[in-house]
Amino acid sequence: MTDPAALKAFRGERPNRETTSFKREMTAVIPHLRAFARGLCGRPDLADDLVQETLLKAWAAQERFEPGTSMRAWTFVILRNAYLTDMRRNRFRGEYDETVAERTLTAPADQEGPLHLSDMHRALMTLPPERREALLLVGAGGFSYEEAADICGCAVGTIKSRVGRARATLSRMIENGEMPRRGKGAETAAHASIMRDLDHVSTGGTLK
Amino acid sequence: MLRGPNEKQGNYTPAMANDNAEEKAPEQMQEVLPRGGKRSKPEWADGLRQLYDNVLDEPLPDSFADLLSKLDDAGQ
Repeated sequence: MTDPAALKAFRGERPNRETTSFKREMTAVIPHLRAFARGLCGRPDLADDLVQETLLKAWAAQERFEPGTSMRAWTFVILRNAYLTDMRRNRFRGEYDETVAERTLTAPADQEGPLHLSDMHRALMTLPPERREALLLVGAGGFSYEEAADICGCAVGTIKSRVGRARATLSRMIENGEMPRRGKGAETAAHASIMRDLDHVSTGGTLK
Repeated sequence: MLRGPNEKQGNYTPAMANDNAEEKAPEQMQEVLPRGGKRSKPEWADGLRQLYDNVLDEPLPDSFADLLSKLDDAGQ
């Protein structure tokens, strides 16, 4: 007679220690994945869909994760690839929802400075995606330029250049009062900019 | 106030810029540092981080617990 426990283990039905550890680490970075995704695609609901897609892909690819390396960096790579694929399928085009963003971005009263967070978010969304993600990784996610370059699969100099350009654009918009207006205009401009860049990349160009 | 090299009297040398933080070239002042950098940051830098941190502080929607439990069921 076969020992049921041994049979179960043989079938892989009992999670081993590595799998448990992987899952724990993956679970721990979910808030970061949500924050990164929301910065990339703007809408909280679509961002969460993107994170769920990322988690499934990460889980399926867990054997390729090297224990001891950064789970956050590893899953960010998966997330950005999923995002870029979805972008090319136009999933995010024209779906920015001002009302949802506005509700989500209201800062607690004691933290509200002269710059409203929804203004910041709108300004961020007008940036081309490659510059926006570089700024998110370094300026919000706290990655070094080197780590951000690894995540994006590009040179450190490229990341520095993208961050610099993103920063210059935001500074000009915010400090000179050239903020995108609330309403459809800003999103249309943002999407036009994104789609221009994607067309450029898809025809073999690069974004600096 | 910031003074650019051109506004200084006499010859400007890079070595002089290192003596005083106020005399850094504009492009150095504009460099965005990873979190925790101590040099001056634009006023919106905190806003950018706050956008990110606000999401970190949100409770996870139930859909994530559902997804994670399904991974258990898959028995990988």
